[in-house]
Amino acid sequence: MLALFLVIAGLGLIGWLTARMRAVGFRRGSTARFSSLPSHFGGYVALWTMLPAALFLTIWASTAPALVTDRVLRDPAAAQLPPPGFDRAAILSEARSLAAGNSFGAFNPLSQKLAPAYAAAQSRFDWIGSAAALLLAFAGGAFAYTRVRPDFRARSKIEHVVMAGLLGASLIAILTTMGIVASLLFESWRFFSIVPIGDFLLGTHWSPQVIDSADPGKTLGAVPLFWGTFFIGAVIAMLVAIPFGLMSAVYLTQYAAPSARRWMKPILEVLAGVPTVVYGYFAALTVAPAVRDFAVSIGITYASSESALAAGLVMGVMIIPFVSSMADDSLAAVPAAMRDGSLAMGATASETIRRVLLPAALPGVVGGVLLAVSRAIGETMIVVMAASGVATLTLNPFASATTVTKQIVDLLTGEAEFDSPKTLAAFALGLTLFIITLLLNIVALTVVKRYREAYE
Amino acid sequence: MTISNQAKIAAHHVNVWYGTKKAIDDVSLDFGSDQVTSLIGPSGCGKSTFLRTLNRMNDTIPSARVEGDITLDGEDIYAAHMDVVQLRARVGMVFQKPNPFPKSIFENVAYGPRIHGLAANKPQLAEIVEKSLRRAGLWDEVKDRLTESGTALSGGQQQRLCIARAIAVDPEVILMDEPCSALDPIATAKIEELIHELKGRYAIVIVTHNMQQAARVSQRTAFFHLGTLIEYGATSDIFTNPRQERTKDYITGRYG
Repeated sequence: MLALFLVIAGLGLIGWLTARMRAVGFRRGSTARFSSLPSHFGGYVALWTMLPAALFLTIWASTAPALVTDRVLRDPAAAQLPPPGFDRAAILSEARSLAAGNSFGAFNPLSQKLAPAYAAAQSRFDWIGSAAALLLAFAGGAFAYTRVRPDFRARSKIEHVVMAGLLGASLIAILTTMGIVASLLFESWRFFSIVPIGDFLLGTHWSPQVIDSADPGKTLGAVPLFWGTFFIGAVIAMLVAIPFGLMSAVYLTQYAAPSARRWMKPILEVLAGVPTVVYGYFAALTVAPAVRDFAVSIGITYASSESALAAGLVMGVMIIPFVSSMADDSLAAVPAAMRDGSLAMGATASETIRRVLLPAALPGVVGGVLLAVSRAIGETMIVVMAASGVATLTLNPFASATTVTKQIVDLLTGEAEFDSPKTLAAFALGLTLFIITLLLNIVALTVVKRYREAYE
Repeated sequence: MTISNQAKIAAHHVNVWYGTKKAIDDVSLDFGSDQVTSLIGPSGCGKSTFLRTLNRMNDTIPSARVEGDITLDGEDIYAAHMDVVQLRARVGMVFQKPNPFPKSIFENVAYGPRIHGLAANKPQLAEIVEKSLRRAGLWDEVKDRLTESGTALSGGQQQRLCIARAIAVDPEVILMDEPCSALDPIATAKIEELIHELKGRYAIVIVTHNMQQAARVSQRTAFFHLGTLIEYGATSDIFTNPRQERTKDYITGRYG
């Protein structure tokens, strides 16, 4: 296979050189202006040589195994195969690896018999594929070579190929997202065909360990999870992140000397790059015990060592740089004329910030906070390590609380069948979380965009 | 180049540096208390920089450094005990581009009085706002929509709103940094008319690119070139009978 690619690349190189020589030839002695340089003609022929062949090989690689199997099944020995099912697939796969020389013994004597047929079919289709690819390379190259004429605009053809390549690259992310959503939707649909959607969204009792098969919805009510997520990610974490993030942005944009800003801003940005699992350690090993001890010392009896407060505090610290940089951007986008106008009225720096700059930057700040919330509620590692697995509907920050992401991890780890309501619930939770964060992001980005337009 | 002993602001041997670059070189200039003085000169000549030394707005630029004495009613405004908050309440400023705050028209004008505690109660504040808007010639246009955003007004109205905002704290001096450069001719005419009305009540210093404007609104004119003061005198003298060759070249359009 590698050899084939090298041959095709070699053909491409030859195509490039010959086309270039030809183009140099017709430019020589001519005073006319050409739209394309010799290298454009070279590139054009090389692309025509390599691209169709490469495309064909990609498609071939995904269809050839089916053709090979089909061929093997027509072998007389295949008549003894068991009917389609697990055994049949196992024998075929064993035969395939014997044929490829990846294994030397076989459990099933039948696969030993089928191996030669496999090897024959494999080499036959390999040969067909290679020949076809080479033929395509030649045909493409020759076709392109005949078009190498002085008035041919190879330059703009290459531009089209570049554009198609870039478009393909950007489509990959979009298509992947759509694939993820589709798989989430599919699994969630299976879940909701077992558990009524109302029980899931409105039920207040969550204990997936004990599922009554007659009424699975009874213990799969997700309200405590959504409450826990909201309480940790949108309340406690934001109580930390908003004031500290805002104040640090105000300091950095309005007060800090350029030299202070030069070292403080990178440090904040490094904080944003710390892997969340590290925050998780910090939350579980340092903050959670400290919070529990503190709660006990002020006389709270039901203090948990997996409290909502510990997870929320550390999550808030994690979000600070995010809020700070969004607020920094919004404050920087407020025209300097506003600041000057207020200072010229005799306002001090802090009055200017409180009365003019922050109100003017508010929409941008709000948008940034919404984005931060959507990040916080989707955050997994900190809560997996520091939050509790017990779903409780509580307002007490020292009590244990759990989140959607924590539960998804719990549901999918350990042994579980992939079609039980317990496992499928993870997908339904994932889908709900996805929809919530998507809506939050849309609202936040709209707010931020409106705000940007206001000052342009 | 003093004009009289009743100078409102007196600047003596003022130098301004931006980092290591000297932007103002030894300028001495007095401003009368009931006069409009215009500062003219080609772009980059330092006239705006000089204007900003008069209310210490250059303090907001970290690299800027001011030397020399500037006094307001005989008091050194760069002295250590001088309160910038007080100074800027006494010396108001209007900028090149109208810069109303993104607040209501009422709140824009009420901003200064609130900061400086000039109104004891709401009716008093409303009175100050109305008086200032009337003085800025904007009251009749906005009296029915005081709660609308100041940024929703037209450019000329925004600039008059900024003038109302400046006079709401009852300043003694108003600095105007090319107040009409972002406005159309009709809005410009209204601002010039307003300057005529404000003259006598406030000492006004206006930076302008437009020599006709300087001739129309000011009694005294100072011509700046490359950071130095070339000539200062009665506006009529500067425009009809300049003493310096460079002033003459500039006002006749030889450069600028």
